Amino acid sequence: MTKRYDAIIIGGGHNGLVTAAYLARAGKKVLVLEQRHVLGGAATTEEIYPGFKFTVFSYVVSLLRPEIIRDLELTKHGLTILPLESTVTPLPGGDYIYRGPDHWKTYRNIARFSQRDAEAYDEYSRMMYYMAKAVKYILEIIPPDPTSLKPGEIGGLLDMARHFLKLPEEQFYTLVKLMTMSSADFLEEWFETDPLIATMSASGIIGTFLGPRSPGTAYVLLHHYMGEIDGVFRAWGFAKGGTGGISNAIASAAQSLGAEIRTEARVAEVIVKNGKAAGVTLENGDEIYAKTVASSLDPNLTFLELLDEKHLPDELLDDVRKYKTRGSSGKVNLALDALPEFKSVPQGREVLRGAISFSPSVNYLERAYDDAKYGDFSRQPYIDMILPSMIDPEMAPPGKHVMSCFVQYAPYELREGTWDDKREAFGDAVINTLSEHIPNLKKLILHRQVLTPYDIEQQIGLSQGNIFQGELSLSQLFFLRPAPGYAKYRTPVRGYYQCGSAAHPGGGITGAPGRLAAFEILKDGLL
Amino acid sequence: MPIPTPFHSRQLPLVTSQEWREWSGYLAPITYGPSYEYEYYAIRNAAALIDVSPLFKYEISGSDATRLANRIFTRNIEELNIGQIGYTPWCDDHGKVIDDGTVWRLEENRYRVTAADPNLRWFQDVGYAMDVEVHDVSTQYAALALQGPQARNILMQLDQGAPLKSLPYYQLTYGETRRFPFTITRTGYTGDLGYELWVEAQHAECLWDQLMGIGQDYGLTPAGLAALDMARVEAGLLLIEVDYISANTALIDSQLSSPYELGLSWTVDLDGGEFIGKQALITEKRKGSDWTFVGLEFEWLELESIFKAVDLPPQVAGRANRDPIPIYKWGEQIGQVTSRVFSPIQKKYIGLGTVETGTAKLGEMVDVEVTVEYSRQRIRAKLVKPQFFSPKRKRAVLDD
Ligand SMILES: Cc1cc2nc3c(=O)[nH]c(=O)nc-3n(C[C@H](O)[C@H](O)[C@H](O)COP(=O)(O)OP(=O)(O)OC[C@H]3O[C@@H](n4cnc5c(N)ncnc54)[C@H](O)[C@@H]3O)c2cc1C
Repeated sequence: MTKRYDAIIIGGGHNGLVTAAYLARAGKKVLVLEQRHVLGGAATTEEIYPGFKFTVFSYVVSLLRPEIIRDLELTKHGLTILPLESTVTPLPGGDYIYRGPDHWKTYRNIARFSQRDAEAYDEYSRMMYYMAKAVKYILEIIPPDPTSLKPGEIGGLLDMARHFLKLPEEQFYTLVKLMTMSSADFLEEWFETDPLIATMSASGIIGTFLGPRSPGTAYVLLHHYMGEIDGVFRAWGFAKGGTGGISNAIASAAQSLGAEIRTEARVAEVIVKNGKAAGVTLENGDEIYAKTVASSLDPNLTFLELLDEKHLPDELLDDVRKYKTRGSSGKVNLALDALPEFKSVPQGREVLRGAISFSPSVNYLERAYDDAKYGDFSRQPYIDMILPSMIDPEMAPPGKHVMSCFVQYAPYELREGTWDDKREAFGDAVINTLSEHIPNLKKLILHRQVLTPYDIEQQIGLSQGNIFQGELSLSQLFFLRPAPGYAKYRTPVRGYYQCGSAAHPGGGITGAPGRLAAFEILKDGLL
Repeated sequence: MPIPTPFHSRQLPLVTSQEWREWSGYLAPITYGPSYEYEYYAIRNAAALIDVSPLFKYEISGSDATRLANRIFTRNIEELNIGQIGYTPWCDDHGKVIDDGTVWRLEENRYRVTAADPNLRWFQDVGYAMDVEVHDVSTQYAALALQGPQARNILMQLDQGAPLKSLPYYQLTYGETRRFPFTITRTGYTGDLGYELWVEAQHAECLWDQLMGIGQDYGLTPAGLAALDMARVEAGLLLIEVDYISANTALIDSQLSSPYELGLSWTVDLDGGEFIGKQALITEKRKGSDWTFVGLEFEWLELESIFKAVDLPPQVAGRANRDPIPIYKWGEQIGQVTSRVFSPIQKKYIGLGTVETGTAKLGEMVDVEVTVEYSRQRIRAKLVKPQFFSPKRKRAVLDD
């Protein structure tokens, strides 16, 4: 191997691809190495059953930074994000709660349960707008280091302090509540309709190993609200072709800018020479050299797997070992022979092209969590479902459908047995839960794909199957993500960088860590 | 997706224009027939029937009802007699207007309130720990505005017993037909003689049919929102989210307005109850308000001349226009026109707007922006009291 690169990016997930594209745009010679045969990592679409495209892991998008779409001209490379604007919650008695893009329809729907809640909903949205606006600022900057005395760092901290102190008093208090409360408690200050609270609180537990009554989950609500405030680029959407459509568009942009991408190229080790990253060794023994290396994997892999411990200070080793990556979610993807018939939800595109949330009460969610706390998967899990083929007809053959079910909770470590033994039982629990609302479901299933946290780890390398490469808890965010002192995409090894969602500002299909990392790499001028 | 009002079945065949719009989640005709002007002149010349069911309606009752009403509304509710109605805004703690509407004193401790936006949660929260009940009766009642010089004559045919001749402006009374009772308020949004009729929703169609039947002999015409909007600008009546932004929806401080800034000082009684926002309004009254609500009369000859320059006759909005335009003085922007319309009855181009207090006085000339063939120009306009039309018949009471 004689070719020498300016940068090697480990992992062809969407963040790795974003970093590659930005570096290539700056004229650098970039190589992306992806272990799998497909790109995208957690944002991948695969034809698991002939004719049916599964958005295998992630399924919806709201946080993808609009500047990335513009900078990389992703629309030219095939990106289309379709609106996904409603959520319906089927209820056990045959009723449902619907929230959607039409203000008054949503109002009337909530008012069927509580007139007060219908009114509170607007007020709540406005308050969350303020909160997201206050916090969004953080997501857009590179976190200053609070322990550093460099003028730039102190200036950054002062800017941040000033920003928060400028908030009106009420907003400041609400922000503190959001940072500390449980999502259910926080929402109960606003609403009285239990299934509404449950469904809204569900976005506070996604990807965490916490229940709706666990403190700290309110912040995750906000994290999920963040996509709502960018003016026209609002709320949740479904990427045409599934979330793999996003990764493919970014990959195409990166390639058109000159980046090279190799699949089925698993990196075994980062080569360090004289304390500086010099390249990587692939699993097959090939060595590839580069002036810099960036890893888009989680800290466990970035630091502990790919590097020799001797290159890392003890504190960092300790922090990374403590970094929480508890998996809590699984995925069940189905190929269906026809459109499922819902017992308690109005049939038809208007509702079925949105999200369908199986979250009938806060206690239901909390009980689902109880199972997982003691090492079992939820017998009656929380399920966030979409029917991608109702949004994008190319996802399944005409008249057939694909169903994507994000499922919580499923712990990484089971109290009894292994996931290889329990996988199908977990799938059955999901299908049985769904069948209560979709009586004809079982008859329609042509193929089912069940993914447990263990499978997520095995397939795309997310340690313990944590969907965000580490929990979104306050102790693991901002200048603490992934570890104090290493929140700026750098590592103790010169020329070795972090560019995945374990870095600030965290998980989800945002591209933000990948983009900010590229800027920091370029700033160092090593390549 | 708007839903029909209780009068929809009657409106549907009449809205030959196919012009509908959403109003608070309901489907409302903008016009019925080919010309909004016929409908406008029905209001000023004969009588118009306007479906105002989408208004929000609340009922406040219980031994603390008056206490609560006095806590919410800026007017002194103690001063309302039973059967009397007060137009009033209500404010947040900072004295900024949340909404405006009418408060009817039905009994010593029972009130009906109309509002433009949902307010149940606010009213209930303010009444926390009081002996009071607040109910949303919005869908329970349908409402028709019967407005125009012939309104009284028509109504007297509908219920010959109701004391309509002596019913003063902003008072209510009760009427009945053979089939159902209804409430009559001498109120409206047109600045003309007129009434609003409130009936249990199930009798809505029947009420419509009876009125339209009687109305035939009096020139009664169903009128849509286009005509209503023209009439309310002439009358100088505010429209929420057009002439001001509710404190509930404003996103930045500069979008907020106090009652003083909306020309509603006459509705604020600082000697009355301890209403919410009172302290802030006391301070504002002492220090002065930032903004002043004004009327504007565009200089017609100047308008003519800037259009003449491109060889066109003056082109102005026939229907009321809600796109704001800037107001200038000495080249600096001092405010904005928020509603404007060519007043057909006065042949004047008029507007409602807001200027920074102290920059211009009533009677003075300011400059306003007018677009002529894509080019933005300025002409002069006179600041006037924001009420362009107020006929005697609006308030007049007849003998016997
Ligand atoms: C089941 C599930 C559902 C989710 N749902 C959503 C959702 O709906 N919306 C949303 O916004 N977010 C969702 N997320 C989170 C989101 O998908 C991720 O945060 C995001 O895609 C992570 O992107 P990344 O590029 O940082 O990392 P990854 O996507 O994890 O990319 C890392 C890549 O590195 C590769 N790799 C690993 N080890 C090696 C190695 N040694 N050598 C070479 N390559 C290697 C992996 O195969 C992978 O392709 C979900 C995640 C999961 C797992």
